Amino acid sequence: MGSIGSSFFDIGHLDALSSKQTPVHRVDPRVKVLTTLCFIVVVVSFDKYDPARLTPFVIYPMAVMAIGRIPFSYIVKKLLIASPFVLFVALFNPILDRNPALELGLFSISGGFLSFTSIMVKYVLTVSAGLALIACTGFDAICSALTGMGVPGPFTIQLLFVYRYIFVLGEEAARMARARALRSFGDRGMGIGVYSSMLGQLLLRTMDRAQRIHLAMMCRGFDGEIRYIASPRMRWSDWIFLAGWGGFFALLRLYDFPAWLGRELGRLI
Amino acid sequence: MSHHIVEVKELTYKYPDGTPALNGVSFRITHGESVALVGANGAGKSTLLLHLNGFLTPQTGSVRIGDMPLTKKTLKHVRQTVGMVFQDPDDQLFLPRVYDDVAFGPTNLGLPPDEVKERVMSALALVGGTHLKDRPPYRLSAGEKRAVSIATVLAMSPSILVMDEPTSNLDPKARRQLMHLLSKFEHTKIIATHDMDMVLDLCSRAIVLRKGEIAADGTVRDILNNQDLLDASGLEKPLCLQGCPICGILPAGQA
Amino acid sequence: MADALISPAVGGVMWVAAAGLTALSARKLKEEMDDRKTPLMGVLGALVFAAQMINFTIPGTGSSGHLGGAMVLAVLLGPYAAFLAMASILTIQALFFADGGLLALGCNIINLGFFPCFIAFPLIYKRIAQSSPNRKRILAAAMAASIIGLQLGALGVVTETFFSGISELSFKTFVLLMLPIHLVIGIVEGFVTASVVGFVGKTHPEVLEMAAESSRSNQISLKPVIVTLVVIAALTGGILSWFASTNPDGLEWSMARSSENKALPGPQGQIHSLFSKLQEKTAFLPDYGFRKDKAEGAATNEGKKGNDEPWPCVSAGTSVSGLLGGAMSLVLAGLVGVGIKAFQRKKPK
Repeated sequence: MGSIGSSFFDIGHLDALSSKQTPVHRVDPRVKVLTTLCFIVVVVSFDKYDPARLTPFVIYPMAVMAIGRIPFSYIVKKLLIASPFVLFVALFNPILDRNPALELGLFSISGGFLSFTSIMVKYVLTVSAGLALIACTGFDAICSALTGMGVPGPFTIQLLFVYRYIFVLGEEAARMARARALRSFGDRGMGIGVYSSMLGQLLLRTMDRAQRIHLAMMCRGFDGEIRYIASPRMRWSDWIFLAGWGGFFALLRLYDFPAWLGRELGRLI
Repeated sequence: MSHHIVEVKELTYKYPDGTPALNGVSFRITHGESVALVGANGAGKSTLLLHLNGFLTPQTGSVRIGDMPLTKKTLKHVRQTVGMVFQDPDDQLFLPRVYDDVAFGPTNLGLPPDEVKERVMSALALVGGTHLKDRPPYRLSAGEKRAVSIATVLAMSPSILVMDEPTSNLDPKARRQLMHLLSKFEHTKIIATHDMDMVLDLCSRAIVLRKGEIAADGTVRDILNNQDLLDASGLEKPLCLQGCPICGILPAGQA
Repeated sequence: MADALISPAVGGVMWVAAAGLTALSARKLKEEMDDRKTPLMGVLGALVFAAQMINFTIPGTGSSGHLGGAMVLAVLLGPYAAFLAMASILTIQALFFADGGLLALGCNIINLGFFPCFIAFPLIYKRIAQSSPNRKRILAAAMAASIIGLQLGALGVVTETFFSGISELSFKTFVLLMLPIHLVIGIVEGFVTASVVGFVGKTHPEVLEMAAESSRSNQISLKPVIVTLVVIAALTGGILSWFASTNPDGLEWSMARSSENKALPGPQGQIHSLFSKLQEKTAFLPDYGFRKDKAEGAATNEGKKGNDEPWPCVSAGTSVSGLLGGAMSLVLAGLVGVGIKAFQRKKPK
């Protein structure tokens, strides 16, 4: 089934991107996680009628992607693919909110349109920051960052296991789905009966596999206690990254840079 | 060195649903021996192997690893002494990076991070997989997976290596490399396998299991030349001992 | 649930709730000391993740849907392990796929994890199914639990969106959109769950045993958990709102409320006082001047998450110069990106 195969290939692709060696990749993962979260919170905190103030924030994902050598086109593609839900909800805004909010000479822009724009801009910013995070950090580095930040051991191990076995199970599921598709003539989708059987079979295999993994874990001394190797100490460059970007976001949050810029330009012209 | 002896006495085991699996199995393997465990599918090879590290407990009979009987208290020590490599490496490699998987055993033994790292690197070096240490398992070839899963066990410094079908699913070159690797190990080796050619190359002794009982226990030469035994146990001679398929000439020493 | 549609307060509260539940579940699992669960949770989590990628056609509608999976996990693993498994699936999806965001992760975990595992499963599924587990009962239980779990989750989405005040969708409209769809999905999920449970019952009954045991031994402690969570949520929400209203933006907010309904930027006097207030707060950057004589400067009002009805349409946060400046910022940022790429090309790495 194309969709399964491509999804896993996609995760694999992101994973491959994370093994590059660039200055961004070398930043401590905890710092990157914190900076990204900070970025998202600040971006989301802006008023819905104020899309213009969001624009300078695009520097963060852009800089990270550029220095981290993450292809822009790839991120843009992912953004487009996932946008329908947000787009759908956001489209209601200009429909429901027609009150004029801004006069531009002959035109008046409605509040709804402004809020629609701000939602979409926020979407682009937050999602690209998130993707940039995973693309230049790698999943297991993020997990060790999480452990370092106090996330309980069982949850981290759970994340690692799921990640590890997504590929194995995805392949099994894809094989089954492909076999079914080859034997269903005509373009009908999968009925629920077939789906349930497939799921049941996959489930059986999964549980057997879980038993074997458990066996393998026991054979290597697992006793229920989850020990995970701690992440290395932070360097001063990591602190600078965190403080620098954090300060930048705070500044942008407090001061309306675009308005100031526009005003200065207006005076020049 | 008595702590490397594997001694099984009158081992009997039935599956939870009542099917008999092993019936009165007895043998003694000494340090450094290279033993093949052969038999048809369903003969009980895997079940027997699972008794060797305490995962299954015999219903009658006993298992002794070295000086110790297998009990709940000695389990952890036994599992460090007996390293088991499973048939499907995907079951053995369950963490996102090779390094993590190989480090899993030593970490669980409570070793400090520096020593863990040392163990990991030397284990990977032994299997020729140092360059794989940061790879995720799904990007390894079958041969690489096999090598890494052996490393995961070697990192615990076992004295006895138990392996279940190590050459299955390997292409000829990877298989040859694995056999070369195993021939260098000085550990006691117990290998359950269908690969009779590997048995001839690698092992000095063979134990034949048939329907849960030991049908034969002797040198590889003797067993592989015993056509009746092989037929009765669902086995065949290694390909290199069978006649040339084109001209029919048998190798030297064959009747 | 996307980041762009929620406010930091709502997202934050939900994060705290989700994090608390995660820590709690992890501790409960440790207490159970059943180490067989660790690999089982992991692999089942991966299975549900993979299963969510397979679409089946919903009978009667012709459209396709996919499994949520929380109920199946709850039956097979018990509520705590299932919650952790769902949380892990959602976390991975938030990181790798562009749908759902990192801030909204807390909301998603509550909507898709808390409601099915800690409410629908114990209160509905177990009540019906565990008294006498025959096929009919299991089907009824799975159906009811799935439907209600999904409806609660959908309600969660609507509530979170509404309280964030970013989308203009009214509560009623959104509810009318979400609930019927999720009803249908719930029915389907009920069927699938029931058949999976039946399957497992025949082939691996000990797994069901294991799960039943875990939820049985922890059954009593559920109520205090819920109470604590509600208290935490209320506190956090309260603190965050208080914090938000005491920062300088709160000034503008209350100003905005009292201003006319007019959308256009208010009269100069208002702007003037606003700017001077701003400048006071930012005295260390005296050159960051807002020209007080420019009439078009609009107040940058950071309205806060409306926990009441959205206030009458107010002055835009963006002025014309804001737009111009915004466009310039984009260009500048683009130049930065291009510059970095050019630098990289020159310097072979």
